[in-house]
Amino acid sequence: MAEQPPESARTLIEVVPALGEVAPLRPGDPVRVVIRFPLGHYRVPLYLRGKTGTVERLVTPAIDNEEEGFGRNAGDRRYYYRIVFPMTEIWTDYAGPPHDNLRIEVFETWLESARHA
Amino acid sequence: MHEHGPGESRPHDEITETGPPDYFDVLETALEELLTERNLIRPGEVRHQIDVLDSRTPALGAKVIARAWVDAEFRARLLADGRGTCEELGITFYDDTGLIVLENTATVHNLVVCTLCSCYPRPVLGLPPDWYKQKPYRARAVVEPRALLAEFGTIIPDEVEIRVTDSTSALRFLVLPRRPEGTDDFTEEQLAALVTRDAMIGVVPVTAGKDGSGA
Repeated sequence: MAEQPPESARTLIEVVPALGEVAPLRPGDPVRVVIRFPLGHYRVPLYLRGKTGTVERLVTPAIDNEEEGFGRNAGDRRYYYRIVFPMTEIWTDYAGPPHDNLRIEVFETWLESARHA
Repeated sequence: MHEHGPGESRPHDEITETGPPDYFDVLETALEELLTERNLIRPGEVRHQIDVLDSRTPALGAKVIARAWVDAEFRARLLADGRGTCEELGITFYDDTGLIVLENTATVHNLVVCTLCSCYPRPVLGLPPDWYKQKPYRARAVVEPRALLAEFGTIIPDEVEIRVTDSTSALRFLVLPRRPEGTDDFTEEQLAALVTRDAMIGVVPVTAGKDGSGA
């Protein structure tokens, strides 16, 4: 299941997608938030940098609002993903039970696959 | 924790303007005049937008929740498409935000926060409470949600999963609380009257109590 290509690619396999319109991540995929510290407008809280979670669902494609903050908003639509992180992954001393979790939308440019981690 | 009381406003001093306009008053007026002069906004447009914001209150969200409790098909649509289903009731979305409705169940309790700023489902709830915008709530909701909820009087048993949603971009979140026990014979309007703003943020449950707490 997890290894299948996305629906659009299964339907017409000869179609070569341009950049960005086919989501590279799917629900259930393990992902890691990259560690970087850009200047200016960003939308990934510091407490999640470097943390590993799982894709819950895809959110509609959107422009990169970090680029938009500098007036660049054409031709760059990628996906937001709603990611689930166990609280115990975020906080090593988390006081609650292990099933407590945090869910957040993260833009594609901040995620890398953690499948082979 | 007095600032975490249920939503009723407390008496405060009358707001008086005695001094000359300050820097930001002048800046605001100058900007509005320039935008109007250059036909970028129409006269009255700012006031109209204030009317739009003022028309949005937790009573709208409460109607959505009550409808979801009495109408299973509506509830299913609401959970699948929060914004589109609110729009069915005439609740327009004047911005580009989507809406995800998060359902509380016997095994899941949802809590909504915006750690980066104060993202809030304004089209359905109006303006956020002050505590929602302040750093203690924003930090503690993601670090120690159970201790935070306990200070609101909400004790979540360990076997119930807590899901904290940190709202960071174009999505807004509304909690669909559990329908309280003993309300089987309530009308939709009576149910809506039980639903508080704080319950739709996820910090308290909805109760059918008659203690005047608004809960």
